[in-house]
Amino acid sequence: MSFDIPEDRQYLESHEWALETDNGIRVGITEFAQDELGDVVFVELPDEGEALTQEAEFGVIESIKAVSDLYAPVSGEVVAINEDLFDSPELVNDDPFGEGWMLEIDPDDSDELETLLTAEEYAGQIA
Amino acid sequence: MPLSKPPLWDTHGDRGAKFTEFGGWDMPVEFDSIRAEHQAVRDDAGIFDVSHMGQIHVTGPDATTLMNRLTTNDVSRLEVGDSQYAAITDEDGIIIDDTVIYRLPDAEGEAAYLFVPNAGTDEATHGRWVEYRNQWDLEATVDNQTDEYAMVALQGPNAPTLLEDVTEKAVTDLSRFEARYADVGGIECWVARTGYTGEDGFELLAPWEAAEDLWGTFDCQPCGLGARDTLRLEAGYVLSGQDFDRESNPRTPYEANIGFVVDRETEFVGRDALAELAEGGLEERLVGFELIDRGIPRHGYDITNTDGRVIGTVTSGTMSPTVEQAIGLGYVPIEYADPGTTLQVIVRGQSKKARVEPLPFIETV
Repeated sequence: MSFDIPEDRQYLESHEWALETDNGIRVGITEFAQDELGDVVFVELPDEGEALTQEAEFGVIESIKAVSDLYAPVSGEVVAINEDLFDSPELVNDDPFGEGWMLEIDPDDSDELETLLTAEEYAGQIA
Repeated sequence: MPLSKPPLWDTHGDRGAKFTEFGGWDMPVEFDSIRAEHQAVRDDAGIFDVSHMGQIHVTGPDATTLMNRLTTNDVSRLEVGDSQYAAITDEDGIIIDDTVIYRLPDAEGEAAYLFVPNAGTDEATHGRWVEYRNQWDLEATVDNQTDEYAMVALQGPNAPTLLEDVTEKAVTDLSRFEARYADVGGIECWVARTGYTGEDGFELLAPWEAAEDLWGTFDCQPCGLGARDTLRLEAGYVLSGQDFDRESNPRTPYEANIGFVVDRETEFVGRDALAELAEGGLEERLVGFELIDRGIPRHGYDITNTDGRVIGTVTSGTMSPTVEQAIGLGYVPIEYADPGTTLQVIVRGQSKKARVEPLPFIETV
C-alpha cells in the first residue's frame, strides 16, 4: 500500500507533519500514521497559549485499538487548535493532511524546521 | 518462541490484514477498519478466523465424570448436540480459564466432548486434564486437537441466511448453544450456534486443511480480533487473561459476573471454596461503566470513588462503536457496583467521571 506524502511540508520520525502557514506552523499526523492507528476516536490537545518544546509530547491520539503520543515538530506557542477533532476525531482518518490538522504553533525559531525530515526522507523511513 | 500461524494466515495477508500477537498466535487484528467490521456484524454479517482457540477432545467411559469435575457447570445435563459455557477453576475457586464444551455424537458407545479453551492455554489445559484423570484413576482419552481444527465464526443478524445458502442439511433450526455436524459448502463441519459478539451466529469447526475453502464459502465482511474485542465488550462478555487472570488478577466466577456457570450441586475442583464464598457474600464484582467525561478507559487504569480513593482497576475499555460512548469493565467493591453509581477513572493522571451501567451495554441474543 502506498501512502500520500505531500512535498509542501516537513515530517518527524514519529509521523507528525509540519506545514508553514500564515498563522504559524500547522501540525498533524501522516496518512501512514492514521492507517497504522486505525479508527481514531479521541484526540487530546494542549490549550491555546501553551508553550511546546520540539520533539516533546504535546498531546495524545487514541484509536479503538491503540494509544499514541503526539510530538511537537518545533518549539513555540500554541496559537490555534482544531476543535473540530473533539466531536469528529475521524477527520484524522478521513483527511490527515487537511481537515484532520491538530494545532498551529507560533515558532520560537523557524530554523527548527530545517532539522525535520523532507517528504523524500520520510518516504524512505516508512518504506 | 515463534508465533503459531492460523491456517488462513497467507489468505489474510493477501487480503491486506494487519496482524497482532494474541495468545502466542499471529492473528489478523483488522482487515478494513474495526468500526466497519464491528458495524457489519451488528447490522449484517461478518466472518472471523478464530483458529487460535484451543480444541481438546475427551472421550471414554469416564469422560463425563472428568469433564464435570474440572469445569464449574453441570456437564451431565448435556445431550448430544448441546453445548454449555463453563469456567475452569482451581482449588480456591479462582478462574483459570473459561470455555465452551460441546457434546459430540457418542464415539463407540461412549460420550465424547470437544471443549474450546482460550488461545495459548490448550497445552496447560490438556496437561491439567491428563493429570487429574490419572490422579482420579478415570478411564478417558484426552486429546489436544488444537492444530487439527480451523475455527471460523460467522456472526450477525444475516449469518443464518448466509449459512443456509451453503448447507444441505438445515442448521438454522439449531437453538442457541445447539450444534451438529453438517456439510458446509462441501466441508464437513461441526456447526454450533454460539459466538462471542452478542449477535446471532455460528461457530464452525473444520479440519485445519479445509480452512481456506470454508473461509471462501462466505461472501461477507472479514473481521479481525479488534472488532471481536469491541463486540464482546459491548455484549459484556469477559476475556480470559484480561478481565480475569489466575496470576495477575485472580477472580472467582462470582466476582467476574459469570456466577451463572457455577453449578454447586456438581462436584468439581473449586466447588467447596466457591460454596464458602457464596455463603459469605461478595466483596468485589466486575461492573460495566460509561465514561461521562471525555476520554477512553484502558486495561490497567485505576478506578477511584468520588473522593479520589483508588477502589479498583479497569480490565477492558474502548470507544464503543454502537453506543458511541467510552465504555469499560472493571472490578469495584460491591457497594460501588449498583448501576448509576458515580466513579472516576484515572486517565493519564486526570480523573474522568464515569457511571456504572447495567450489562450488557447493548441488547444481545
